Amino acid sequence: MSNTTAQPVIKLADLGKAPPFALSDQERHEIIDEMHHYPDPRAASIGALKIVQKHRGWVPDAAIPVVAKMIGTDAADLEGVATFYSLIFRQPVGRHVVTVCDSISCHLTGYDELRVALEAKLGIRFGQTTPDQRFTLLPICCLGACDRGPTMMIDEDLHGDVDPAGLDKILGAYS
Amino acid sequence: MKISAETHPLTHTIDAKRGPLDLKGYEKVGGYEGLRKAIKELQPLEVQQRVKDANLRGRGGAGFPTGIKWSLVPMGPDAGAKYLVCNADEMEPGTFKDRLLMEEAPHLMVEAMIVAAYAIGACTGYIFLRGEYVVSANNLNKALAEARAAGLLGKNILGSGWDYDCFVHTGAGRYICGEETALINSLEGRRANPRAKPPFPQISGLWGRPTVVNNVETLCNIPSIVVNGGDWFKGLSQGKTKDGGTKLYGCSGRANKPGCWELPFGTTTREILEVHAGGMKGGKKLKAWLPGGASTDFLLPEHLDLPMDFDTISKAGSRMGTGLITVVAEDQSMVSAVRNLEEFFSRESCGWCTPCRDGLPWSVRLLRAIENGEGKPGDIEKLMTLTKQLGPGRTFCAHAPGAMEPLQSAIKYFRGEFEAGIRAGAATAAVQA
Repeated sequence: MSNTTAQPVIKLADLGKAPPFALSDQERHEIIDEMHHYPDPRAASIGALKIVQKHRGWVPDAAIPVVAKMIGTDAADLEGVATFYSLIFRQPVGRHVVTVCDSISCHLTGYDELRVALEAKLGIRFGQTTPDQRFTLLPICCLGACDRGPTMMIDEDLHGDVDPAGLDKILGAYS
Repeated sequence: MKISAETHPLTHTIDAKRGPLDLKGYEKVGGYEGLRKAIKELQPLEVQQRVKDANLRGRGGAGFPTGIKWSLVPMGPDAGAKYLVCNADEMEPGTFKDRLLMEEAPHLMVEAMIVAAYAIGACTGYIFLRGEYVVSANNLNKALAEARAAGLLGKNILGSGWDYDCFVHTGAGRYICGEETALINSLEGRRANPRAKPPFPQISGLWGRPTVVNNVETLCNIPSIVVNGGDWFKGLSQGKTKDGGTKLYGCSGRANKPGCWELPFGTTTREILEVHAGGMKGGKKLKAWLPGGASTDFLLPEHLDLPMDFDTISKAGSRMGTGLITVVAEDQSMVSAVRNLEEFFSRESCGWCTPCRDGLPWSVRLLRAIENGEGKPGDIEKLMTLTKQLGPGRTFCAHAPGAMEPLQSAIKYFRGEFEAGIRAGAATAAVQA
């Protein structure tokens, strides 16, 4: 997917000059808590990536070897995990992530109209971020709220029976 | 009908306006009686026997008898570490039942996770919850903490000498995590590719140890079966079908009042649609319906009077699946609906095996062309071939065969709509030539 927010360009000559990536104490504590739930700490892979993402908005490449070392797996393995799951973001996203359900029940109850209205309102397509870094727009599979289609989530909030005419009000709550 | 623990074992404590009961409130209406009875009066194998007597069948979609699944787990003092996993990765399009239980009856889920773990002798339980279910995660974690503080979880539960704890594990997307062996890989912190079976998880599952994976709704039936017994459970279906229990049925799509209701097992789709969901929206006619999710074959209005149970719906050429129907109105293009379904399956393929990884995008390309009136002669035959090549036995797991069910049934019942997308394409080609 294309993205208006390109990853920072890394020049070979600059390698080694950037400060090394470090997890915050808070991130470390939360990851260790997560590891305690399992006999094999590797099971905390996805949880650890989600913790990094919670604090930074996304999972930068440089985080992978650091997290991998912490949970006792290698960077290539964790990279494979990080790129498999659709809700682990490997590029910067906006301050708010809008995920629109495009599965069958919403398809039957107004998904197309909602998508068109969102794209027009935000001026972006799926996979893109608004120039002011406020919203990233993504498709998502069935949100399990089919009785309230069409549905979408903004960050951790579920919105059901979304009327395209009421989008201003919904989006206005996310600055 | 009056709602009580005896008639609505899954939802009797639910009051959406009030919100979920806390531990005290739940115990006041009979909560944790199943756990107390199991631990104080029954041996683990006796709990298993009750579930077998009830002939509880899995509510995740496959309908496999839960008691038989459990009986394959090695028991006894030398069995070692065993795990119970709840499949709470509800992501089957058109399905929204487990969310209801986890958000509104979290203590029922927690009690079920303890009783089932006791029955199979598990040391740890995990609720594998999809990441988007934020309210479920919060409510379950709160209930788990309350249970832990009350000595219902942790060391020496209720003085029995049995130690067990349970955790919520949240995912990060991907429908394939709902496949039980892919779920186990994901829980171990790996890519969610399915594993080869055998060995079945009951023998070698999580970290190579015996593991039982059960759906949320399946597990939530366990505490009341322990309290009331198998005969009571069988009677819940009121003779509508040979299977027992209640079922969370639901309806979404173009209905007046979409929703999810606990009804006797074997209730007809007509009752679900016309009585509970208020019929079709805007007076439109019903054109087709999916019995229980995206991976089930379409059925027609003529099938409305069949009882919704595993065997009957299977005989009609589909599957009951999750039991939450999706209704399609007369003005909906079936080609567009199937294209939407196949786009979903194509995107969610894990890419592990070739027929699924390459075949599903191919079906989407063909369906898009037909939808746009640009289909070529032979495209329907190609789609039909795909339904065979991606069918049961040709792929590693049930993802692609599931994807082919709505496609093959849409072509079977609505072939004319597919042909129309090809006639237009052929005409355009002729003009251009």
